[in-house]
Amino acid sequence: MAVAFLDFEKRILELENKLDELRSLSKLQNTDFSAEIRKMHKKLNTLKRETFSNLNRWQKTQLARHPSRPYAYDYIREIAPDFIELHGDRLFGEGPSIVSGFGTMDATSIMFIGIQKGRDIKEKMYRNFGMPHPEGYRKALRMMKMAEKFNRPIVTLLDTPGAYPGIGAEERGQAEAVARNLLEMSGIAVPIVCVVIGEGGSGGALALGVGNRVLMLEHSVYSVISPEGCAAILWKDQTKVEEAADALALTAQDLFENRIIDEVVREPIGGAHRDPILAAHILRRALRRNLGEFSNLSGAEIVRQRREKFRQIGSFLEQQ
Amino acid sequence: MSWYTRKKTPLGKGEKRGVPEGLFIKCERCGEMIYAGEFETAWRVCKKCGKHHTLPSRRRIMLLVDEGTFVEHDAGIQSMDVLKFRDTKKYRDRIKSAQKESGEMDAIVCGNGKMNGWGVEIAAFEFGFMGGSMGVVVGEKITRATERAIKRRCPMIIVSCSGGARMQEGTFSLMQMAKTSSAIAELGEAGLPFFSILAHPTAGGVTASFAMLGDVIMAEPEALICFAGPRVIEQTIRQKLPDGFQRSEFLLEHGFVDVIVKREEMKNTISTQIKHMCANIAPENIPPPVAEPENKS
Ligand SMILES: [Zn+2]
Repeated sequence: MAVAFLDFEKRILELENKLDELRSLSKLQNTDFSAEIRKMHKKLNTLKRETFSNLNRWQKTQLARHPSRPYAYDYIREIAPDFIELHGDRLFGEGPSIVSGFGTMDATSIMFIGIQKGRDIKEKMYRNFGMPHPEGYRKALRMMKMAEKFNRPIVTLLDTPGAYPGIGAEERGQAEAVARNLLEMSGIAVPIVCVVIGEGGSGGALALGVGNRVLMLEHSVYSVISPEGCAAILWKDQTKVEEAADALALTAQDLFENRIIDEVVREPIGGAHRDPILAAHILRRALRRNLGEFSNLSGAEIVRQRREKFRQIGSFLEQQ
Repeated sequence: MSWYTRKKTPLGKGEKRGVPEGLFIKCERCGEMIYAGEFETAWRVCKKCGKHHTLPSRRRIMLLVDEGTFVEHDAGIQSMDVLKFRDTKKYRDRIKSAQKESGEMDAIVCGNGKMNGWGVEIAAFEFGFMGGSMGVVVGEKITRATERAIKRRCPMIIVSCSGGARMQEGTFSLMQMAKTSSAIAELGEAGLPFFSILAHPTAGGVTASFAMLGDVIMAEPEALICFAGPRVIEQTIRQKLPDGFQRSEFLLEHGFVDVIVKREEMKNTISTQIKHMCANIAPENIPPPVAEPENKS
């Protein structure tokens, strides 16, 4: 499979290839290039660090959508290897854009719910590019209710361009499905931790995003509208994506600064796709720590805290 | 999410066709020329074709609330523009001109009053303020109104007329969907009814939060009610949408609206449902509106 890369990753990949060549040359000729290799390795790390700490918001958006980036299923499989996917909304059908089921993390049973983009074209079609239909949201709600019934915590992984805008989706009440989840999720009496792992696409992501803790991976974004959509509507010019991304302040760092999310989860240097195993390991630690904070709270207190958290979002001016 | 762009010509300043401006209103659908006074008396419904034109929030409250009983709340809340948003224009300037045009501080008016004698909390969207879009101010005012309904133990009514979440407040706007829906959850847990009234258009993040969560959802005839707007869908699926798609009648047929109600019948229809739901609370048992000291600027 060809390795996909973004513009700003190009120099890094070139240097990595050179480093590989040097290593194999060293083996082949049985010569000691270790000094050169060390030097090049250092240079590579500096380049990675510089590149990835200076990304603008549009570049961050591209990184969040990186075709090689780990998707929900990749994290779930790594974090809870005994995960078994459970299907269907019991009303109309299965919503394959969302994966859900119990899995064991650190000897605890957890309900995992993730929005899943597809890797190859076949899976992309099957997952509808990570754009759920109402069935997906209703299935997710069924799973959350089940987790509540058996007193198990919930972890949701958000990664979607948005809820699917199509005829069937509208006919079957996309708006109602999203709205119902917002209402019901606010009152689920077990801890919920939500993580934006890539693209947090508006209401389609928020429909699984009403948690006691909302985390974002370092190179993820979360926005009311995509930069493309925003540019088309407000600038009436689809090329103004950089301006739109900037204005929307949609990066994990922006949202943390604006106190909309609780934590930014570090990614391996160069992005989660450079080391998916390590990325999952870091995420597991963050989940463990966050869920641990709720282990001694009653269901009612968990609900109260979650509602209070969302109640406080947003500042305004008020004349008395 | 706020895909709905408002027409350039504000309502009431239609084409002149030789009549003095302001005297006649041209129906947006059938083109009938209607005397402005008559148009207002009919609550902006065309006498010829029945088209329900956009009703400003204060007129909506006049339509639904008993005369002289309305007490406005939270009139002094304004946007802070935390993101210092700027597209082709500064958001701050957009707010100023919207305030000037609509006469409102933001896209919603909230308060309490009586509806055929029943105490209610009511929130009515102002479409003339940036397409009725929901940012922090709208979210906060709806949440406060719902909290007052819980405290006073009375029904909550929201009349939606909105393009969706306000892009200029970014993720803050998005989060208002969760905030308002959570307040509606608490209202329901308190055993109090929520009436969601949908006027043309109700879209995006407003439809996908409280607007679809009414115990009873009533829609005006032929209102566009959708999650994704028709243009977005047409661009995605690359085909033309059938006539009547996403209109009130379509939603009724698909089970997402309880009843379609003409504007003139809306007040009585709501109060009849209140009677069925709140029979254990006689109107006089609902505490009278409490006037709170506040300055309107
Ligand atoms: Zn007409």
